[in-house]
Formats: sequence, C-alpha cells, structure tokens
Amino acid sequence: MSHALSPIPVSPYTTGKPVVSVRGLVRNFGNGNVLDGLSLDLQPGTFTALLGRSGCGKSTLLRTLAKLDPAPEGDVQLPEERAVVFQEPRLVPWMRVLRNVTLGLRHPDAEVRGLAALAEVGLSHRARAWPLTLSGGEAQRAALARALVREPRLLLLDEPFAALDALTRMRMQGLVETLWRTHAPAILLVTHDVDEALLLADRAVVMADGKIAADIPIPLARPRRHGDPGFIALRSRLLAELGVDEEHLAAREPQRIDAKGTDTRAAGAKPGSYGLPAGAAAAPSL
Amino acid sequence: MTAAAATQTPGRRSRALILPAGLRRCVVPLALLVLWQASVGFGWISTRSIPSPSQILTAFWDLTVSGELAVHLLVSLGRVSAGLAIGVSAGTVCALIAGLSRRGEDALDALLQMLRTLPHLALVPLFILWFGIGETPKIALVALGTAFPIYLNLFAGIRTVDAKVVEAVSTLGLTRRELIAQVILPGALPAFLTGLRYALGVAWLSLVVGEQINASSGIGYLAMTAREFLRTDVIIVALIVYAILGLLADLIVRLIERRALVWRPAFIKE
Repeated sequence: MSHALSPIPVSPYTTGKPVVSVRGLVRNFGNGNVLDGLSLDLQPGTFTALLGRSGCGKSTLLRTLAKLDPAPEGDVQLPEERAVVFQEPRLVPWMRVLRNVTLGLRHPDAEVRGLAALAEVGLSHRARAWPLTLSGGEAQRAALARALVREPRLLLLDEPFAALDALTRMRMQGLVETLWRTHAPAILLVTHDVDEALLLADRAVVMADGKIAADIPIPLARPRRHGDPGFIALRSRLLAELGVDEEHLAAREPQRIDAKGTDTRAAGAKPGSYGLPAGAAAAPSL
Repeated sequence: MTAAAATQTPGRRSRALILPAGLRRCVVPLALLVLWQASVGFGWISTRSIPSPSQILTAFWDLTVSGELAVHLLVSLGRVSAGLAIGVSAGTVCALIAGLSRRGEDALDALLQMLRTLPHLALVPLFILWFGIGETPKIALVALGTAFPIYLNLFAGIRTVDAKVVEAVSTLGLTRRELIAQVILPGALPAFLTGLRYALGVAWLSLVVGEQINASSGIGYLAMTAREFLRTDVIIVALIVYAILGLLADLIVRLIERRALVWRPAFIKE
C-alpha cells in the first residue's frame, strides 16, 4: 500500500563507496575539543548504533552530520538526502500531521507520498489531526514519517525512543527495523541503551573523548532476543567498552530480563542510565 | 431550630431555583435600574447630575432616528480604523525587522523600548503644535498608542517560537523565506493577537482623548457639545456607545483567535 516510496536498490551489507565519510573532524567549544580528530565511514544501508557516556561528543557528531552546527574543521562527506528524528517529535503544532510530513517536499505528488509514509508508520487515521492531540508514540511515528518521506540515504536518529514508555519503545524499535529493511537508508542511531543497540544495529560505535574508542560489528541473526548467548556476550563486551563493571552490576540487578526474554525495565528510563533501573544507575560511576 | 424554620428553608431554596443562573445574575442590576428610574422620577436626584434610564433611552432613540449618532459614529470609526491601520502596520514592520534580524534588533529595540515608557496621551499638546487641530493629531494619537502593544507582543512572539521545532524544520530543506512564512510567523500569531487586543483597548482610549481636541464631529465631539447644553443624557449615550464599540472590538479579536488558533488544545473539540 506504500509503493510510492521505493526501496533503495542497495543491499544492506555491501561495502564500497561510503555514504558518509568523516576524516579528522575537530570541534571546539572553548574548553577543550569535543570532537578530536574523529574519523568514521558509514556504508550505504547499514544500521550503526553510536554509544558513549554523556558528554563524549556523540550528540555533537550527530548535529554535525545533520548540518545543524556551523561547518566544522575536517573533511565531512554527506549525502544530500538526509533526515533527522530527535528525542522529541518536534512537529509544527499549527500544521496538521500530513502537512508536517510533507513540509519542504518539492514533489508534485507530495500529499500522496506523505499519506503513504503515514500509512507505513500506521498513522493514516491521524493525517488530519493536530499534533498537540497526538500521544507521545503517535507524535514520534509522525516524526519518523516526516523523515522517511524524504527517502533519505542517511537517517539520523537522536535517542528517538528515550522519552517513550517501555511498551511504546519496543513497538517503535520494531517499526524502525521494518522501515530500515524496506527502505535501506544508512542509519546512525544515537542511544544510551546497549540493549537497543544490540537489537537493531549491525555495528556499534563507542565514542570516548571525541574519538571512536571501539568499533564492534554485531553479526547476530534477526530477529534478535535478549536471552541469546551471542547477544549476552556482545552485551558484556559493549558494557566493558563503556566502562561498566558488569559483575558489579549483576550483584545489584539480578533479574533485569525475565525468562521469556521480555524487557522488564521500568517505563521511562532516563537517558544516561544505560537502560539500568533508576536505583542502579548511579552505582558504576556513570 | 424550630419546626417552622425547618420547613421554611427548603421552600425558599426551591423558589430561588426557579430562576436560571443567567437571569439570577441580572437581578441586582435590574433592581438598581428600577431604583435609579424611581430616584429621578421622584426628584431625589437632579436630572442635571444624571438623567433617568428612560431619558437616556429617549436620547439614544432621538439621536439614532435623526441620523446624528450614525454620522458621529462613522467619523469616530474612521479615525480609529485609520489610526489602527497605521499603528498596527508600523508596529508589525518594526517587530519583523527587530525580531527576524540581530542587526534590526540593535537598530530598533532600544529606541522603541525607551519610547514605550512615555505615556502617549501626554503628547497631546505637542501633537496640537505639530499637526494642528484637524484629523491628523487624532489619528496620530491612535496610531502611536496602538503601535507599541503590537511591537512588543509580536517581537516577543517571534523570539519565543520553539527553537527546537525551528531547528527540526531547518533540516527539511525550506528556504529562509518559507521558514519565516510557514513556521516563525504562524508561531508568533498568538502573541500578535494578544497585542492586537491591547491595541484595540488603547485605540478607544486614545480616541476619547483625541476627540476632545477641538473636534467638530465624532462621538467625543457629541459628548463635548452635550456638556455645553447640560445634556447629561447625550453624554451618557456617548459613553455607552464607547463601551459597546470596545466590547465589539474585543469580540472580533476573540473570533479571529478562535479561527486562527484552532490547533491549540483549548480550541480543539474532540
């Protein structure tokens, strides 16, 4: 029902000319370099998660790739077709949902494309609604449709699920994965949540001190489950890269994932907590 | 409590409930009106101080039938419209210049913030010297008074449009002109309408003062000449007309708000 949006004819796992190429990126906000000679390539159609402690510069990197910050030092090659989804939906409140989605589109059939994108995120019935009447999940799906309708080759996701409740977040993660499979943009997902990175991404990039500290492939079969041995092993490795002592954690938080592999995390986990319950968040000196 | 009192209370309450709420609120004003009419009728109050409600109604009727009221009303409306048009335009242009560019703000804002502290009605003597006693000082007074509420509110409105939304929209490939027309100005519209409501209030006030400068027509003139002939009834008719005009203006802005701000949760009916 959404044939207006054709998938990009590139296999998600090709290696060749990167869609994003960053060399020697430096950004300075007065007291030290936030980005310090960072280099990163993203292959077309790949799903990359960007992790790191608060203040490691990952938001700055995303803003640079979205061209929201002034031109940086260093060489940054970006595709023209870019789209961003932020933590907040950031819809224009005085435009109906469909108008928000088609805003800035120059195609003559922008409305048709907009409706197709809304159908893909399951929001057709809200096309004529005002944004302030949407629920948090609906608004974020509208923001996703707004990004999708531009047929981006690079989709930047800045903690897009952080403000959602646990159930809505799981549904949204599934939706993003489906959309990625259909349209195959290169996705860069900034997240605080190691599990989220392992569920969705092909590759986890860990940032520290304005550089890439670790670049870890995630060769797990999909659909992925929290309880799989490969998942658990990668989870330990990522947490170690992030400087989290897992044994220390395990002692405090033994029953985070239940037998069925369902996420038992409390709703609305705060960014910065790496998906840990509020009580344990402060423990490993994050 | 005695049995008699106990049985009386529910009776009284049920009688009060016969009148609907809207009507109950009218009881005291209506009683005052009757008292007023009676006081004048029995000669307790001199008609030179205040005429009876029936005399005011008669004066209203006479002025309407003779067409006098319509003529003065049109003149006053003309002055307010001209002044508002100039004031709102000037305020809007200044707010756009100062709101949309840093250089514009540097050039205009300090000056306008200084000028706005001046009570504009105090400029009447100066305006008479500058513009004489014709239409110009009256319209200028309205224009000056209305420009500031528009400027202040629209400027603040432009500057307080949600920066995060603007940032998100800036990734969607809009030109600066489209961004201003489709996002920033609609975002500042609620503040503009608040300014407009203030401006309308100031406009009537300025008109009242302006029309007492040697006018030969207008509602204010009607009141001033009535004073010379001790026609308190006509003076009160003029006051009532001012009040109705103010109410109507407010109503119009409310209607505009209802149409223009449908996206606000307060206006959404679902």
